[in-house]
Amino acid sequence: MKPKISPLGDLALLIRFGDEIDLEINRRVHALDALLRADTIAGIIETVPAYSTLLVHYDPLALTYAQISDWVNMEMERIESSASRKPRRIEVPVRYGGASGPDLEWVAARHHLSIADVIRLHTTQTYTVSMMGFTPGFPYMGKLHASLVTPRLDSPRTLVRAGSVAIAGEQTGIYPIDSPGGWRLIGWTPLRLFDPSSDAPFLFSPGDEVRYTVEAMDA
Amino acid sequence: MLEVIDASGLATIQDLGRRGWRRFGVPLSGPMDAFAFQAANLLAGNSPDAAAIEICGGEIELRSNQDYVIAAAGAGYSLSVYTWEFQLWDSCLVRPGWRIRLKKNGVGTWAYLAVAGGFDITPILDSRSTYLRGHFGGMDGRLLQSGDQLKVGTVKLSLMDLTARTLIEDARPAYGESPKVEVVLGPQNESFTDDSIETFLSSSYRVSTTSDRMGYRLEGAPLTHLRGADLISEGMNIGSIQVPADGQPIVMMADCATTGGYPKIASVIRADLPLLAQCTPGKDSVQFKETTVEAAHEKYRVMIEKMRNGIVDS
Repeated sequence: MKPKISPLGDLALLIRFGDEIDLEINRRVHALDALLRADTIAGIIETVPAYSTLLVHYDPLALTYAQISDWVNMEMERIESSASRKPRRIEVPVRYGGASGPDLEWVAARHHLSIADVIRLHTTQTYTVSMMGFTPGFPYMGKLHASLVTPRLDSPRTLVRAGSVAIAGEQTGIYPIDSPGGWRLIGWTPLRLFDPSSDAPFLFSPGDEVRYTVEAMDA
Repeated sequence: MLEVIDASGLATIQDLGRRGWRRFGVPLSGPMDAFAFQAANLLAGNSPDAAAIEICGGEIELRSNQDYVIAAAGAGYSLSVYTWEFQLWDSCLVRPGWRIRLKKNGVGTWAYLAVAGGFDITPILDSRSTYLRGHFGGMDGRLLQSGDQLKVGTVKLSLMDLTARTLIEDARPAYGESPKVEVVLGPQNESFTDDSIETFLSSSYRVSTTSDRMGYRLEGAPLTHLRGADLISEGMNIGSIQVPADGQPIVMMADCATTGGYPKIASVIRADLPLLAQCTPGKDSVQFKETTVEAAHEKYRVMIEKMRNGIVDS
């Protein structure tokens, strides 16, 4: 489908590439995001990539909607020809199961898999950080192996520990801070995803590639 | 330095917000009433995004240890300094040892206290705004409390030139208990029945008591989705109106999440957000009126120009 541009209020412009969670659609979101970010235009505040959309926040005292949509249309022409940036790859060591991943056994039982199978299927896939949101630094990563697709909890936990590695639907993610959460917890990583006082506050950026490795089993 | 003697309610340090980090899931934050916030700073001779105090639902008292010029703006509060009472939208001089108090008075919810020089606070992710849920920004990511010592930045202008100024009444927002606020429809207005769009633009919605800095929940005629209330998560903004499955709209406010998964029927325009922000939860109601992006930009431009030109000696 041809990307559709529409206003989100009088302070942002939304570009929609599709209506589904799809890695190819998401790749085009990140390609346009990279093109827009390479231009320095006074009045463009920031861009927010998501699964199938890119949101452009702007200052209405500096730019008109027409100016921004012309610019976006122009850059959109270059998506296919733009050199595809090689994504960063990040390895995430995980302690699977036990107190680190209290839902691991349930996930295995639901899919009639052994715990070792679940871990193997989770660690053999390379994931893309499709978008970030929910809490500062939370990476939404796809796609899970089809055998691991699992619904969310019916009722979210009131507290999920920072570093918890989780799955929900076709996605996998990591909780960056202690927060409520409805995803299934299968492990825990000692990596720190968000440190507000650091020069590099976030471990991940949208578009990164991620692999999980087994650090330990937590019996 | 200004020392906090006593603080209650939601008293925090804010600036104009945390720009550039929303792609990582960090909310914008910043003031709920960005107009009053900027006006308070301009009255105190600051740039519009200097760090200032925001208060809601409680009161704050401070003591100064040297000469400062302060200015207060917003609604629902008045200012007392030493033994004098001031209305909002004025600047005044404070002397060493004097007490400054923002106290509840009249209709409205949010007020701002700026000091010439601005509060000197270490930025976190490029902003001095407090994000309470994230526990960072402002004063250690928390509410102001008694004993806090707020450092003040250097003032480049003469205090005598900055004191006793006011923002003319014509330049202030027309706050009211049942404001009409303008919206730009979309991007998911086509996910609702035609009747629902008409209902949304013709009925009155009360601001719920469960409202906070993240969002104002509204109560009124329910809106009906054509194809369910699930949307693939996408970016959203302050002013965006999400409608979950129960059909009751939620207007996203300063601390709103960067992305959301409910259809957005419309967005409140920037110029009218202060009118909604100042509504009293559980009491006041809003009505929505459709406008265009171009008209909204013009309205905002005029509003800011009036603010910049509306500061006079009182």
